[in-house]
Amino acid sequence: MIPLWLYLLVSAALFSIGTFGVLARRNGVAVLMSVELMLNAVNINLIAFWRYYTPTEINGFAFAAFVVVIAAAEAAVGLAIIISVYRSRHSVIPEEADMLKG
Amino acid sequence: MGFDVIADFFTQAFSDRDLMLWLIPFGPLAAFSLISLITMILWLVRQVTGTPENMIPASDHHYTDHHHPDYDGMEVPYQPDWFRGTAIVIGMAGIVWALVVSWTLVFGALNEFGAGTFGLLDSADAHHEAEGDHAEEGDAHGEETDSHGEAASHGESVDCAPCIYSDEITWMSLGMEGDVYGEVPDESTDYEIGVAADPLSLTLLFMVPIAMLGIFTYSIGYMAHDARQAKFFALISLFATAMFILVLADNLMMMFVGWEIMGFCSYSLIGFWYEKKSAYNAAIKAFTVTRVADVVMLLGIVYLWSVAGTLNFRDILYNPDVLQVIGSTPAIIFGGWGLSAAGLIGVFLVIGTIGKSAQFPLHVWLPDAMEGPTPVSAMIHAAAMVSAGVYAIIRMYPLFVGLTNPHASDPTFSAPLILMAVVGSFTALFAATMGVAQRDVKAVLAYSTISQLGFMVAALGVGAYIAATFHLITHAFFKALLFMASGSVIHAMEHGEHHVHEHHAAHGHAHDEHHDEHGHDDHHDAHFDPQDMFNMGGLWKRIPVTFWTFLIGGLSLAGFPLLTAGFWSKDEILAESYYGFTAHGSGLHALVFFMLAIAAFLTAFYTMRQIALTFLGKPRTEEAEHAGLGGQYSIVSIAMQAPLILLAVFAFGAGFVGVPTDFPIFGAIFSPEHNYFHHLVVYALPYMENGGYEVFHVAAPEFNWIPVLTSVVVALGGLWLGWVMYGQKPLEAGEEDPLIKILGEPIYTALQNRYYMDDLYDLIWVRPSQWFAKGVITLLDKGIIDTILHTLGTIFTVIGDFIKMMNAWLIDGVGDGIPKGIYDFGGWIRGTQNGRIQFYLLIVLAAVLVIGVLFAISAGVVFAG
Amino acid sequence: MGDVNFFLWLAFVVFTIITLGGAIAVVTTRNLFRGTIWLMVSLFGVAGYYVLLEVPFLAAVQVLVYIGAIAILFTFAVMLTRSLTALTDRYNRPVANIVGAVALFALLMLGVILPVWYGIGQPDTTIINAAVTDTEALGAALVDKDGFVLPFEVVSLLLTAAMIGAIVIAREVEEDEKGKRG
Repeated sequence: MIPLWLYLLVSAALFSIGTFGVLARRNGVAVLMSVELMLNAVNINLIAFWRYYTPTEINGFAFAAFVVVIAAAEAAVGLAIIISVYRSRHSVIPEEADMLKG
Repeated sequence: MGFDVIADFFTQAFSDRDLMLWLIPFGPLAAFSLISLITMILWLVRQVTGTPENMIPASDHHYTDHHHPDYDGMEVPYQPDWFRGTAIVIGMAGIVWALVVSWTLVFGALNEFGAGTFGLLDSADAHHEAEGDHAEEGDAHGEETDSHGEAASHGESVDCAPCIYSDEITWMSLGMEGDVYGEVPDESTDYEIGVAADPLSLTLLFMVPIAMLGIFTYSIGYMAHDARQAKFFALISLFATAMFILVLADNLMMMFVGWEIMGFCSYSLIGFWYEKKSAYNAAIKAFTVTRVADVVMLLGIVYLWSVAGTLNFRDILYNPDVLQVIGSTPAIIFGGWGLSAAGLIGVFLVIGTIGKSAQFPLHVWLPDAMEGPTPVSAMIHAAAMVSAGVYAIIRMYPLFVGLTNPHASDPTFSAPLILMAVVGSFTALFAATMGVAQRDVKAVLAYSTISQLGFMVAALGVGAYIAATFHLITHAFFKALLFMASGSVIHAMEHGEHHVHEHHAAHGHAHDEHHDEHGHDDHHDAHFDPQDMFNMGGLWKRIPVTFWTFLIGGLSLAGFPLLTAGFWSKDEILAESYYGFTAHGSGLHALVFFMLAIAAFLTAFYTMRQIALTFLGKPRTEEAEHAGLGGQYSIVSIAMQAPLILLAVFAFGAGFVGVPTDFPIFGAIFSPEHNYFHHLVVYALPYMENGGYEVFHVAAPEFNWIPVLTSVVVALGGLWLGWVMYGQKPLEAGEEDPLIKILGEPIYTALQNRYYMDDLYDLIWVRPSQWFAKGVITLLDKGIIDTILHTLGTIFTVIGDFIKMMNAWLIDGVGDGIPKGIYDFGGWIRGTQNGRIQFYLLIVLAAVLVIGVLFAISAGVVFAG
Repeated sequence: MGDVNFFLWLAFVVFTIITLGGAIAVVTTRNLFRGTIWLMVSLFGVAGYYVLLEVPFLAAVQVLVYIGAIAILFTFAVMLTRSLTALTDRYNRPVANIVGAVALFALLMLGVILPVWYGIGQPDTTIINAAVTDTEALGAALVDKDGFVLPFEVVSLLLTAAMIGAIVIAREVEEDEKGKRG
C-alpha cells in the first residue's frame, strides 16, 4: 500500500494551498472555494489516519461523512451571504465589506 | 416507527424515575420550540402572501408602557394578540409540566428512600444494608439496582455506589482511550451525556420550578402591554430549559452547555428592549463579562478532561482513585509551588463562577442587568443564572477541596477554597456598602444579590457547602419575591405617571393638542424616574399586597430572627465560620465570619431603608399618590400579585427545614431528630481523607450562642438603624437622603457611583497604557530601526485591542475622561481593526504557526526520545 | 514491486497531480468560472484517494455531493455575482500569504509528517487488512443508539437550518419592504 506519510504530505499541501487561497484571494467566491479545498485536505487526513491506525472502528469513516455534510451546509450559507452582500454592496470582495472596522 | 419509539419512551419514562429526569427540561424546551415554530410559520405565511411585516413605532403607546427617548424613530415587530395569548398558554404549560415532573421526582425520592438513604451512602456497610432493603422492597426498584450495577462497574467506586436517579446515553463514540496518565482507570471510549439527580439536585429541583412558575405567571401581567410577549415567553422558556439541563447534567460538559445557553438567554433578555440604548449596552456588557469568565472555565474543563479522562461527575467525584490522582499531580503551571492539578482546575472553575455569579471583580455586569424586564431580573438574580454559578461549585465540591480538609482540627485549604473565601467575603461586604446609597429600587436589590452570593461563595470557601446550598435556596425564594415586588412597584409608579399625565392633559395644562400622541410627549419630560425610591413613599396604601409580600421578602433578606428563611440560612453560614474560627483557630474562618457579620448588618440596614423609602410615610410625588396596578381584580393585578403571595410563603417558611437540632425551642419543634436539610444534602457528595473515602460529612457545629446572637444583633441592629433614619420620621418631598450628612458627600457619592469602579478600571488599565504609548511613540518618532518597530507595533496591537474592548464595553462613559493622547493612540492602533476578515485570518495563521512551532518542538523532543 | 503495486503508485501519482494541480489552479486562476471547473478536477482527485484508501462509498459521496452539488452551487454563485473578470487584482498581500502558507506546510511537515515517516507509531498491517469499510457498517453506526445517532440527528437539523438560513439570507428584499426595514 501507499505509505501513510504520502497521504499526509498531499493533504498538508492541499491544506496549505487552500490556506493561501483563503488569505489571499480577493474574490469572496474564490475564498469559499479555497475553504472547500481545506476541508477536503482535512478529510483526506481523517480517512488516511483512520484507515491506517483504527480501521476496525467506524469512527473515522463516520466523521468524514459528517465533514462532507457540514461542508455542504457551509457552502450553502457562505454563498448565500456572498450573494446577499453582493446585492447590497455590489461587490464580492470581502476586504471591501469592512463594516466591522473600528 | 419513530413515533412508536417516542411513545414507548414516554410510557416508560412516566413509570421509571431514571428516565423521568429527561422529561423535566422537555416541557420548557417544547414550549420554546413551539412558540418559535409558530413565529416561523407566521413569517413564512407573510412571505408567501406578500403581507408586509407588522412593524409599529417603538414609541407607540400601543407598543409599550416603558418610555424612553431612545425609542424615537425605531420600529419593532408587532405580534398579533391571539399569538401572544397562545404563547402565554404554551409557556405556562411548559413550566407547569416541568414543575409537576420535578416535584414528582423530589417527593417521590423522599417518599421512596427518605433523607439519609437517597444519595451517597455512608459506608460500605450502610450500603449493603440499604441494598438489602431495596431487595426486600421488591421489583419496584429493579431499575435503580441496575443503575447501581452500572455505576459499580465504572472504576473502583463499588463501595460508594450512589443511590441516585440517573440515566445516560452515548453521544458519540470517540474510539480512543481516555486514560492519560496511566493511573486513572477509565475503560470508556464513548462520550456519554446523561442526567442524574442526587439530593443536591433535588433541592434545586424543588426550588427552581416553583420560582420559575412564579416568574412566568408574573410575566403574564408585567409584559401584558408589550408587543413582543410571545418572543419573551419563548426566551424565558429556553432559559428555564437551560437551568434544568444545568441542574440535571451528570457531566461537566453538559452542564457547560446549559451554562452557555443561559448566557445567551440572559444576553437576549437583558437586551429584550434592544431599541433602548442602555438595555442594548447592558446586554453586551453582561455577555462579554461572563464570556471572559467562561473562557477560563472552559480551560478548566479541558484541563480536567486531560488529567481525568472523563468529565462525568460520578466518575470523577465518586472515584477515590481519580481524586487521589488529580489531587496529587502537580499542576502544569505553579505546580512547583504546591498547586495540584485539582487546585488549578478548581481555580479555573471558580473564575467561571466569579463571572456567572457576579463576584468581584467581574460583578460589573449584574447591576446593569436590571435593564431587562423585571421578570428577567428575577430569573437572573434569583432562580437561574447566578444560582447556576454557585451550584456548579457545590456540584463539584470534592474536586475543589482536593486533598485538603477545611474541617480538620488543623484545617487546610486548597487554592480554590482560599480564592472563594477571600473573594466571597470581600464581595459580600463590598456590594453591601454600595447597596446602602442607591436610589433606584432595583439597584438596591441588584447589589444585595451580589452581596448574598458573596455569602454563599465565602461559605463554600470555608467548607460550609451545605449552608451555602441552604442559603442558595432561601435566597432564590426571597430575592425572586423582592424583584417581582419591586417590579410591581415600578409598574404601579408608571401607572401613576400615566394618570398624572392624563390628568394634566384633560385639564389643558399642557399638550392639549397632542393628547393622542401622549406616549410621544412623555419623552420630553422624561426627568421623572419611576424607579427612584425618592419619588415614592406611602405606597403601602396603594398596593397593599405588594407591600406585605415585599415586607416578608425584605425581612427575610435582612435575616429577621427566628421567623424568616433568610435568618436560618445566614445564621448557619455564620455559625459554621465561627465554629472553624474558635474551635480550630482558622484565620480564614475568622475573616469570613467578621466580613459577613458586617455585611449582614448593612444588608438589614439598606433593606429597611428601601422599605421605608418606598412604602412608608406620605407620597413624595403626585405620581406616587396615584400609583396602582389598574384595578384590584384586573388580570394584570392578579398575575402580578399571586406569585408574590406564593413566593412569600416560601420566603417565610423555607427556612424551617434547616433548623439546627440543638437550637433552643425551635430545634425541638422543627428538627426533633436531625436537621432535615442537612441530613438530606450531606449524602450528595463523597469526600477523600487520608486516602480513605467516605461521605463528605460536615458535622453540624455545636450550638453556640455567639454566632446566633451575632446574627440576631446585626439583623435587628440594621433594621433598627434603618427605621430610625428613614422610618420614624419619613422623608418629605425633595428632602435629601440623611445618609449624606452622616457619611459626608464624597463617600456617599462614591458609594452611589459604585466606588468609581469604572474610573478604577480607567486608572489601572487605560492610563498606564496611555503613558506607555506616549513614551514609545516618542521613541518611534526619534527613529528606531524597522524590526523593533514591528515588534512594538504588535505589542501595541494587543494593548490597543484591549483598550478598545475596555472602551466599548467595560468602562461606562470613559469616553468623557479620555485625554487626547489616548485618542490619537486609538486612531493609530485603529488601523489593525480594519474590519478586513482576511487580515484577521492572517493574524490567526501567524498565531497558529507560533503555537504549532512550540508544540512541534515539545512533541518532537518526545518523539526523538 | 509487483504489477498491482506499480499501478497503485501510478494511480497515486496521477491523483496527486490532479488534486494539487487543480488546487493550485483554483487559487491562481483569474477567471473564476474556470476556477470552479478546476475545483471539480481537484475534488475528483480527492475522490480518487478515497478509492485508493478503499472507502468507495466516500468516493461516491465525494463525486455526488462535492462535484454534483457544491461545485454547481459555486458555478451559480460565480454567474450570479458577475465576478468572472471584474477584478484587476487577484490577491491581497500575496508575499506575506505565500510565506504564511509555506510556513504552515513546513510546520505540518515538521510536526506530523516527519514523525510518521520515521515510523513512529507504525501502523499494524493486520489491522489494516481487517478494516471495516463497507457502507452497511457506516449506515448501522449512523443510526445506532451507541454510535452516532445523536450527531446524525443534529446534523440533519443543521442542514435544515442551513437551508432555511440560506434562503433567508439570499432572499431579495423587495423595495417597499426595504424602506420599512430601514
